[in-house]
Formats: sequence, C-alpha cells, structure tokens
Amino acid sequence: MAATDKQPISFAGPFNGILTWVDARYPLMSTIKAHLSEYYAPKNFNVWYYFGSLALLVFVLQILTGIFLTMHYKPDANLAFASVEYIMRDVPWGWLIRYMHSTGASAFFICVYLHMFRGLLYGSYRRPRELLWIFGMLIFLCLMAEAFFGYLLPWGQMSYWGAQVIVNLFAAIPFIGPDLAIWIRGDYVVSDATLNRFFAFHVIAIPFVLAGLVAAHLLALHEVGSNNPDGIEIKDNKDPKTGIPLDGIPFHPYYTVKDVFGVAVFMFVFAIIVFFAPELGGYFLEYNNFIAADPLRTPQHIAPVWYFTPYYSILRSITINFLWVDAKVWGVIAMGISVIIFSLLPWLDRSPAKSIRYRGPIYKSALAIFVVCFIILGYLGTQSVTEGRTLVAQICTVLYFLFFLLMPWYSSLDKCKPEPDRVTK
Amino acid sequence: MSDKPDVNKARRTLLIATGCAGGAATVAAAVPFVASMMPSERAKAIGAPIEADISYLAPGEIMRVEWRGQPVWIVHRTKEMLEGVKASDPKVADPNSERKPSELTPEYARNEFRSIKPEYLVVVGICTHLGCSPSDRLKAQPEPFDPDWRGGFYCPCHGSLFDLAGRVYKNKPAPDNLMVPPYSYLSDTKLLIGEDEKA
Repeated sequence: MAATDKQPISFAGPFNGILTWVDARYPLMSTIKAHLSEYYAPKNFNVWYYFGSLALLVFVLQILTGIFLTMHYKPDANLAFASVEYIMRDVPWGWLIRYMHSTGASAFFICVYLHMFRGLLYGSYRRPRELLWIFGMLIFLCLMAEAFFGYLLPWGQMSYWGAQVIVNLFAAIPFIGPDLAIWIRGDYVVSDATLNRFFAFHVIAIPFVLAGLVAAHLLALHEVGSNNPDGIEIKDNKDPKTGIPLDGIPFHPYYTVKDVFGVAVFMFVFAIIVFFAPELGGYFLEYNNFIAADPLRTPQHIAPVWYFTPYYSILRSITINFLWVDAKVWGVIAMGISVIIFSLLPWLDRSPAKSIRYRGPIYKSALAIFVVCFIILGYLGTQSVTEGRTLVAQICTVLYFLFFLLMPWYSSLDKCKPEPDRVTK
Repeated sequence: MSDKPDVNKARRTLLIATGCAGGAATVAAAVPFVASMMPSERAKAIGAPIEADISYLAPGEIMRVEWRGQPVWIVHRTKEMLEGVKASDPKVADPNSERKPSELTPEYARNEFRSIKPEYLVVVGICTHLGCSPSDRLKAQPEPFDPDWRGGFYCPCHGSLFDLAGRVYKNKPAPDNLMVPPYSYLSDTKLLIGEDEKA
C-alpha cells in the first residue's frame, strides 16, 4: 500500500506527528486495525476463552525468567546441579525467578490443556479452522519437547532418568533406533554431552520455533476468525452496510479488557503457588529431583511430571507382544499416536453441529468418558505399577483410542439439536 | 504451460539445474552439523575395561561398579538363590538366553544361570525396556508385584521383572534379558569387566 493511501491519524494527541511519520514508513496503524481494533471476535466468548491469551502470557513469562536463569546456570554435568542450588540460595531473588520458571512450565500445560479442551467442547477444530488446529498441535508438540529438554537441566535424579527413558523411546524404532538414540545423546549414556545440547535446544532452538508457530497460529486465527460457544460462523451474518459481523465486537477494547481481567485472576493464583507451594506436593517439582543425578541408581519411584503422565500410562499399559513386534515398540507407537491423533480431529468429526450445546447425547457421553480416562491415565502415570493399575490403564487406553477411532461413526449417528442462526447468550 | 510462447525453455532448465545444485549443496552443508552431534572422539575413548574386587562380597549381597557410565551388578548368589533361578524357569520369557545372543549373552554365559561361575552373576543393570536401572529385590518373599516372588530385580519405571539370572519375566514391557557384559576372572576374587578371556 502506498503511503499516500493512508488516512491521517487523528485523536492521537501529542503523538500525532510521530505516528504519522512512522505510519508513512511502516504498516503500524493498519496492523493494529487488522489484528486489534478492527478484528471482530464473536461477542459471546465465555470463561473458556481466557486460556489462549493466558498461554501467550505464560510463554512471555517463561522467556523472561529463562533469560535471567541462563545468567547464572551452568550447562555442565559437574556444575549444573550446584548452579541451580546457587540460584536458589545465593543469587538475589534467584529463588523467585526459578520458581516462576518451574511453576510457569506447569501453568503453560494447564492453560494449553484447557485451551485444547475448549476446542473439543465447541468444535473449534472444524472447517475452516483445520490449519489453525494443526498449528496449535505443533505448538503442543514443541511445548512437550521444550519441557522435556528443560527438565534435564537441573541434573537431578528425575532429570537424568527421565531423559534416559525418553531418549530410549527412540531406540525402540526398528533398524535406525539404537543409532538415533546415540545421536540424540551424543554419547552411549546420558552424559555431559547430552546436557549441553539439551541446553542449546531448550534456550535457543525450540523457543524460536515456538515463537514462529505462535505467530502462525495467531495469523491463521485472524484469517478465519474465532469460533465461539455456539459453534456458528459470525461471518455469515454481516451488516450489509459496513460488512462487519453483526455478532462481532472489536477485539480491542472489548477482549483486551476481558483478557486483562483474566490475567489478574491468573497472576493471583500463580503468585499463591510460587510463594506458598512451588513444589505443589511434588507435582510441579518432584522431590527426587532435589537429589543430584546418579547414573548408577534409578530412584525407587520414578514418574514424569504430571503433564506427561497420561501418555506415560499409555506407554506402559502395553505389555503384550504382537505380530512379532515387541511390546516395547508397540508401547512407544501407542504413546506417539495418542499425542498426534488430536490433529486428525477435524477429519474424524462428522457431526452436523460443532458446539457441544447442540450436539446429541452420544458425543457428550463420549467426551465425558474421554476426559475421565485422560484424568485416570494421568493419575496412574504418577503411581507405581501393580497388576490392578495396569489393567485399569489398559481399559482407559482402549477407551482413549476409541474416542477418536469411532468418532466418524458415533458423531454422524448422534441426534443433534438445530444450530441457531445468531449467537445466543 | 510449457507451450506458452513467453516461456524460455533454456532459462527454465537453468533454473531447475541451479535449484538442484543449490539443494545438493545445502544437504552437503548439513552433513557436518548432523555429524557434530555424534559421540566425540573423547566420548568414544572412554570405554576401557575395569577391575572389580569381589573378595568382600558376602553371599546374598550385591555390589555395583561403573563401566562405560553404566551400572554393572555383581551378585553373590547363595544356594537358595540358585534354586530360585531354576524355579522361575516357567515364568521367564527367554529361559535359555536364545534371543539376540550376540548382543546380550556372551557364549560362556549361555547357561541357566547366565554366568561363568554359578555363584557370581554379572549383568549390566540397565533395563532392556527404556534404560532405567532396576532395583534389587533379592529376597524370596511376597512382593506387591508378585506374591510368589523368588528374588530378582524390579524396574520401578515400567514394572518389568527380572529373576536372579537377569532373565526377564513374561508379559512385561522389557523385551529382553539383562545384558551380560563381556567379563573374565583375573583370579578367584578379581573380575575384569569389559573384556573376554579370548580377547
């Protein structure tokens, strides 16, 4: 767009001159308009719509606290554990920055899981938002990688043995597996070489990819527009004169203000955890990780951090060799699929209605069973193995996959209510 | 497309050739970066055999030594323990160490007790499932994971069980028996771990 096409900026008061100068050289006002003040979002967002912006907030928090942690942390197998303790004890306010970072990791997953559940409730992954959903899934995968790489850095017992187990997952891949695992570790066991490269991935590589994917996620969102709790398109009902959706309101100021309120509530809860329960009973920071890594001894009770436990349960629920392939390989395959399968949702769901408000009893029950299974699997993943628990995990694993695999049938059989033309309350 | 008059075929061919050459150069340039992540020369050099003195190892006890950054267990097995190994034959997946023998079990350990001398078990204490180090439950007593436990090892990560010869129980996540490292006796009370006699 040529600079002369732009309208002069009014109401900017004393900044009018400088804004006009900038706008002649950079698409400042048009970007603000397209993405904030004239980006029309449905007017019926509810509480579920906080978690996207909160996830973005946590991302920024993690980057900020992370920068300050790298000023004191040492990515060396002989120094790492002590340098984290040094941050906790000797660096002024180091404990706060570290606890914000460790609590932020869990908060990130809480926001992302609730954000994804919102998508399941209201069919936000359905046409035309398939790519938006896939970008979101890629963000989720990157987030898992980021959390995994970061978890090795304190070089505690859980760091060490967690990394050992996850890297060995890759060794299960037929033919190339063992060499691939050595390539990832840079050594024959998890060692200083592994720690050093995980540091590089954690602080440079993955954050860059994440930032790019977040930008793509937002651009895709603003291209198609937000879904809403009614699951109908607000773009289908536009004001004939202005072309603005009748049920849309500008993101700024309406939703910026709403999101600021969400931020205030979130920071309140976040601060309580950071100040009074940063370990959260061993769920946010595992007790065994306060013991330095010992390559000769696995802790008696080993479990991943809570956000990985549902997939971890699926991994260890598979104990039967099948088709000449070891149970180990099947476990790894099942775990991988259980994460990736979410990205197929746009094509598995054949329901005429998008939102749970207008879907029939079958989908509602299926989603309820899925959520219960997910939580049970998550709980079991924090516990040690017994025969009874393995059986429960196996049942939940089957139900977990059936939710996805049977969806094309049950979602089209379901008796849906008619969707409204305009958004409701 | 190609029959449009304004398409210069020679130029297009050149473009394709340039693209291919550039792509090949990019792939070639990636090789050193990918290769830089393989174990360094220093990491490869650390792998020398180690000696273990077993004169103080009482019957029924276990000792751990580090070999190539991994734990190696030496268990002094009592008569009852060896009976326990025999009794667990029907419970284990590979009683005669027939799977992957070249990787997991050197020739001199391809017997029921998987060792040179039945009294001394030498295995790498890394679970063949995902690389945790199982914990020892050497005593024959009822355990939560097996009421009829004859002694062995329990992996806390994913619940795999191994008997006192490092043989994996059936229907557990671990696919194989624990690895017996190459080892030899320097004397009756001294082991060399990491090297066979013939080597």
